[in-house]
Amino acid sequence: MKIEIPEFALVLLVGASGTGKSSFAARHFRPTEVISSDAMRGWVCDDESDQAATPDAFAMLHALARTRLKNRRLTVIDATNVQPAARKSLVALAREAHALVVAIVLDLPEAVAVARNAGRAGRDISAGVVSRQMRDLHRGLRGMRSEGIRYTHVLHTAAEVDAVTITRTRLWTDRREDTGPFDIIGDVHGCADELQELLQKLGYTITWQDKAVQVTPPAGRRAVFVGDLVDRGPNTPDVLRIVRAMVEAGHALAVVGNHDDKLKRYLSGKAVKRTHGLAETIEQLEAEPPAFVASLRPWLDGLISHYVLDEGRLVVAHAGIREDMQGRASGAVRAFCMYGETTGEIDSFGLPVRYDWAADYRGQAKVVYGHTPVMEAQWHNGTLCIDTGCCFGGRLTALRYPEMELVAVQARETYAEPLRPLGGPATPEAPPPATMPDVADVLGRQAVKTHDLGTIVIAPDNAAAALEVMSRFAVDPRWLIHLPPTMSPPETSAMEGWLERPEEALAYYRKNGVSSVMVEEKHMGSRALVVLARNPDVAARRFGVSDGARGIVVTRTGRRLFDDPAIEAAVLHQMDAAMTIAGLWDELATDWVLWDVEAMPWNMKAAGLVHAQFAPVGAAAIASLSAAEQALAAARARGVAVDDLQATTAVRLEDAFRYRDAYNRYVTPFEGLASVRIAPFHLLASEGYVHADRDHAWHMQRAHRLAEAGGPLVMATRHRLVDLNDPEQCAAAIAWWEDLTEAGGEGMVVKPLDFLTRGRRGLIQPAIKCRGRDYLRIIYGTDYDRPEHLARLKGRNLGQKRSMAIREFALGLEALRRFVAHAPLSQVHQCVFGVLAMESEPVDSRL
Amino acid sequence: MLLSLSTTHVPATDLGFLLMKHPDNVHQLQLSMGRASLFYPQADEARCTAAIMVEIDPIDLVRGRGHATGQQDSYVNDRPYAASSLLMTAMRRLLGTALSGRSRMRQDLADSDIPLEVTITPLPVRGPADLAARLFTPLGYEVSTTPVVLDPAHPEWGNSPYVTFTLRGRVRLSTLLRQLFLLVPVLDNSKHYYVGEDEVEKLLREGAGWLDAHPERDLIIRRALKGFRPLVARAQAELSAPDASAPADADAPDTPEWQLEAPLRLQDVRIAHVVETLRRLHAHSVLDCGCGEGDLLRALLAVPDFSRIVGMDVAPHVLARAAQRLRLDDMPELRRRRITLMQGALTYRDRRMQGFDAACVVEVIEHMDVERLPAFEQVLFGQARPGIVIVTTPNRDYNALFPNLPAHAMRHPDHRFEWDRATFSRWARDVAQAYGYTVAFEGIGPVDPTHGTPTQMALFTQAGHES
Repeated sequence: MKIEIPEFALVLLVGASGTGKSSFAARHFRPTEVISSDAMRGWVCDDESDQAATPDAFAMLHALARTRLKNRRLTVIDATNVQPAARKSLVALAREAHALVVAIVLDLPEAVAVARNAGRAGRDISAGVVSRQMRDLHRGLRGMRSEGIRYTHVLHTAAEVDAVTITRTRLWTDRREDTGPFDIIGDVHGCADELQELLQKLGYTITWQDKAVQVTPPAGRRAVFVGDLVDRGPNTPDVLRIVRAMVEAGHALAVVGNHDDKLKRYLSGKAVKRTHGLAETIEQLEAEPPAFVASLRPWLDGLISHYVLDEGRLVVAHAGIREDMQGRASGAVRAFCMYGETTGEIDSFGLPVRYDWAADYRGQAKVVYGHTPVMEAQWHNGTLCIDTGCCFGGRLTALRYPEMELVAVQARETYAEPLRPLGGPATPEAPPPATMPDVADVLGRQAVKTHDLGTIVIAPDNAAAALEVMSRFAVDPRWLIHLPPTMSPPETSAMEGWLERPEEALAYYRKNGVSSVMVEEKHMGSRALVVLARNPDVAARRFGVSDGARGIVVTRTGRRLFDDPAIEAAVLHQMDAAMTIAGLWDELATDWVLWDVEAMPWNMKAAGLVHAQFAPVGAAAIASLSAAEQALAAARARGVAVDDLQATTAVRLEDAFRYRDAYNRYVTPFEGLASVRIAPFHLLASEGYVHADRDHAWHMQRAHRLAEAGGPLVMATRHRLVDLNDPEQCAAAIAWWEDLTEAGGEGMVVKPLDFLTRGRRGLIQPAIKCRGRDYLRIIYGTDYDRPEHLARLKGRNLGQKRSMAIREFALGLEALRRFVAHAPLSQVHQCVFGVLAMESEPVDSRL
Repeated sequence: MLLSLSTTHVPATDLGFLLMKHPDNVHQLQLSMGRASLFYPQADEARCTAAIMVEIDPIDLVRGRGHATGQQDSYVNDRPYAASSLLMTAMRRLLGTALSGRSRMRQDLADSDIPLEVTITPLPVRGPADLAARLFTPLGYEVSTTPVVLDPAHPEWGNSPYVTFTLRGRVRLSTLLRQLFLLVPVLDNSKHYYVGEDEVEKLLREGAGWLDAHPERDLIIRRALKGFRPLVARAQAELSAPDASAPADADAPDTPEWQLEAPLRLQDVRIAHVVETLRRLHAHSVLDCGCGEGDLLRALLAVPDFSRIVGMDVAPHVLARAAQRLRLDDMPELRRRRITLMQGALTYRDRRMQGFDAACVVEVIEHMDVERLPAFEQVLFGQARPGIVIVTTPNRDYNALFPNLPAHAMRHPDHRFEWDRATFSRWARDVAQAYGYTVAFEGIGPVDPTHGTPTQMALFTQAGHES
C-alpha cells in the first residue's frame, strides 16, 4: 500500500498497544521526527512503562510537538491515540501551527496485539487493556475526519503493514524551486483592457482567436496574479479567459482572492449577496456561453491560497500572509490569505478596520499582495501591496521580480466608486507601527545571519548595553540603515622607537594574498554617514520619515552629527547639488544615496573632549614639569646631584609641549557652516545596490567627482594605489605617510583594493589605520614613545579588535543589503544594533 | 606633580632634621606606581625648601582603571601630573616620621608652631573657585591660588581646573601634613580610589582636633569617603552632632537637579502624588516606565493594592542598582512576587508593556529627544495602551524661581527639553486625541501664583476605561 503524506504534517499513529507503532515509525520516519509517549515517560521518570508519569510525559510530548510544528517539521506522534480526546489536543496543536493532520491506523487483529504484548519484557499490559483500546479505536474511526484529521489510512493486517511505502508530497503552496523571474500583477477586477495593456508593456504577446486567447511571455518569465481577477470591472469574462489560458499553459500562477472565492460560491449555487461588483460579473457572465461559465467553477475552486516561490524568498498571497502561515495549510491560512484579519473595530466609513499584519511582519520572505487598494505601491517591512485600485480609476500595477521594478498602466476610466478613499484614512504623525523595531528583535542573545560572514551572535550583555545608547542617543532607526565598523591599527612596528608604521599594514595585506591596496589620507575629523534623499518625498517613501527632512548626518554611534538643524539641512542641500553636478544621481539611477565620510572640523564634535580632557592634561603636565624643572635647576645650582632627574624632566616637558601641539593641530575654530568640511570615501549604497562589489578606485573616483562639484564643503581625499609586489611603490607609500604625519596629519588608511576581500581564512580587515607618531600622543599619553614606555605598549594585542572589525563590517553591510532589498525595518535595525552592541565589548580603546 | 615645603624658621636648615632628609642629598623612593624624589632647591639659614616630586608611571597607571566618569577614565589623564592621593601616598612613605610628629634631633621643633609654607603645582580644585580657601582658611592658613590657564594658545578657553596653590601659616609640621593628607584628595575629588572601613579610621585619626569644628566638615567627610553613605554616617556619628548653623552645602553634587530641588524634597512629593492618584483610580497593575533606581517602585510596594508592579529602565546598571536598593534578593516571597524589573526602551515596541491598568512616566520624557517622542507615544499609547497613563515633567515656568539656575538653563544636563505649561498641555492634548484618551492636568509641589508648580503632571485615561 502506498501512503502519501504532506512533507509538513502532524502524523498520528493510531493503534492499541502491541500493534507495532514504534517499529512502524522507526521504519518510515527519522528518529528525530518521532515523538513517542513511552520515550517521554522515560525522559521524565526513567521508566517507560510507569503510568503514573503519563500526565508529565504528555505535557512533554505536547511541548515538543508544538515546537517542531512551529519550526515546520514533520512530526509523528507514537502513542495509542485511540481516544478522540487524546487526538483532539494533538489536532489543536496542528491547527495552531497550520499543519495538516494525517492518521495512520494500525487496526490489527486483537490476538496479534495481545501476543506481542506478552512477548515484551517489562510491560504489564493485559488483554483487557488491549481489548478496551481496540473498542475505543473502532468507535472513533468513522469520526476522525470531523475531528479535523485530513487523511486517514487504515492498515488491517501485519502483511499490509509490512507492505506500506510512504512518500512525502509537497504542499501545493510550496513552489520554492520556481525561481522566476516573475511579473506579479495586482488586483485586475475585470479590467481586461488594462490587463492586456500591462501584459504588453511587460513584453507579453496576446493573440485572440475569436474567444480563445493565447499569451506568450517574454523568454523565461511568468506572471503571478495576486487574486481578485473578477468583479467591479467591465469585462470579467475576458480577464478570466486570459489568466486561465496563461495558468493552463504554465505561463502564470494565480492565487485566490476573496472575490474569486465568492464568485465560485455563487457558481456553486450558494447564497451570496450580489454586492461589491458581483452583480456586474453575473450580468457579464449571462452573455457568455453556458459551457464557459460552467467550466469556471472547478477552475476557481482549484486556486491556491498562496505560493512560496524562489527558494522561499518570495510569497504571493491575495491579502498578504503572516510569517507563521507561509507554506502551511489550514482553513485559517486560506481565510487570512483571502481576507486578511480584522481587529473587530469599524472605521468611520463603516468598514472593518484591518489588522495591520505588515506592521508586525519580520519574515525573511518578501510578501507581495493586493486586496487593499493603495495610492502607491510601497514597501513596508519587506511587504508590498500592489493593488493600486485599477477598477476605481487608479492603476494596474505589476512588480517585476527579482528586478523589483514597478510597472503600471493607468485605468481607462473609473469603473466603480471606492468605499473609502484610496490609501485609507489620514494617519497621525506618529510613526506607523510598521516602522518601529520591536525590543524582542534586539534584546537578549541575537543570532544575525549575514551574507558575508554567516551567523554572527550578539551576546545579551552587549545588546543590553547597546539598548541604552541606541534609545537614549541615536537617531530615529528609520534613518539608521548602517553603522561603520571599527578600524584596527597595524601590528606594532618592528622598528625601534615607533609604535605604529605602515610597513606592518602593507605586510598584513601581502600576507593575505592581496596584490593591490588603496592608501588613503586619514583626515582628522569625525567619522560620519550621510544619508541623502533627493527630496523629502523620497525620504518619506524610501525611509518612511515624513517630517520634511531629506536626509541626515550621523556619527559612527548613530547620533546626529550636527547640533544645528540649519547646518545639517544646508550640508544635505549642498551634497545634493554636488551629486547633481557630478552626474551621480543619473549614473546611479537612484534617488537616495549613503556616503561614508569624515566630517571636519574635529572639534565641532570633540570640543567637549578637548576642553575636558586633552587640554587639562596638557595644562597639568606643563605646569607640573615646569615647576619641577625650576626646582631642579635651583637644587642643581646648590650642587645637589639631580642631573638625572633634570634630564628626564626636560625630556618629559618637551613631550608635554609636543602633546599640546598635537591636539592643537586639529583644533580649528568651528564657525558654522562655512567651516564644515565633508570628505567622502565610500559610496556605500544607492537604490538597488550595496556598492561593496565595487573596488576602492571606483569609490575614490566618485568621491573625487563629488568633491570637484561640491564647492568648499566637499573635500577630496588624497590617495594612491599601491602594488604590494613593487617594493618601490611600497617605499613611496611609506615615505608619503612620513610626510603626511610629519606635516601634522593624523595618518593614513590602507585598504585592500577590493571592498570585500577574503583571505585563506575568510574575510580580512577591510581597512587598517596607520597613525602618526605625534597623533598617538593624544591617544597613548604625552611621553608614550619614551623607550621605557614603548617597550610595554608594544605588547598590545589586536586579536579582539580585528575580530570585532570584521564582524562589524559584515553586520554593517548586512544592514545595507537588507535595506536595499526592502527588508523589514526590524531586520535592518537588528544588524545596525549589532554593530553598536559589538562596540560595547571591552577592548583597548587606544587601538 | 611637585610639592615644596619651606620654612623661614631660623635656622631654616633645621627642616632637614624635621624631615629626616639631609638637604644636600637627593632622596628617592621606588613606589608601586612610580618614583618619588625629595631634594632641596634652597637650603640656607633664612629659608629652606624641600621639594617632593613624584613621577608616575603612566603605563601601569592605566591598568587598574576604575569606572569613574570624566577624564580619569581614559588612558590619557592628569593623574601623572596633578596633585592627588598619589602624591599623598608618596609623602606618607617619604615623611612618615615627620607625620607622626617625632624628630630624633629636634623634637622641640617638631612640637612647635613654626612658619611653614607649602606650594603645590598643580593642584586640582573641583567645585567652587574659593573652595581651597574655604577649606584651609578656617585652619589658620593664609591661602593663595593662581589659576593655570587651559591652553595659552586659546585664551577663550579660560582656566584649567588646576591652580598653583600656596599655603602659609605658623603651625606644627605634623599638623600641616595631616591636614594636607586629608584635604588635597578632598579638593581633587577624584573617584579614583576605593574607600573602605579603614578610610573612616584614617579620617578620624588625621582629622583629630580640627575636623570636628571645621565649617566644611560635612563636605570634607562626604568627599573623603566618596559619598558612600554608610561610611559617611559612621564618620559623622563618631564626631559630634552636625552644627545647625553650618553654611549651606557648597559641594556641587553629581545631580544638580537634586541640588536645586532639594529644599522642596520634590521627588518625595511627586511620588506621593503619583501613588495617591493611582490608588484613587484603583489601578492594580502598574508599569513604571523609566523606573531609575526605584523610588516610585518602593512607594508602590508599600501599598498592597498594587498587586503587579513592573519597573522598566533602559540602563542595566540602573536596574541592578534598583534591585539592590529595593533589596529584591531578601524580599519575602509574597512581596517579591508583586514586583518585576525589566530592561526596555520607550522607543521600541514591547509586548511586555501590554496589559497594565496604569503606566507611570515620571520625570522621563524630558530625557528623550523631542523628535523621538512620537515613537514613545506610539509605543505607550498606541501599542501598550494602559488604562491610565501618568506623565510628569518639569514645569519650565517655575525655573524662574530657582535662585541657582541661570536663565534659559535646564535643571539637569541630560534634559533635552523642559516645557512650560502651555507646551506640555498642547502635547498631552494632541496625544490624548490621537490615541483615544482623555487628559487632565495637575501640579505637583508648592504653588506659585505666577509660575505654577515645579512639576507638572498629565493624567491620561483611556476612553472607556472603567476606574
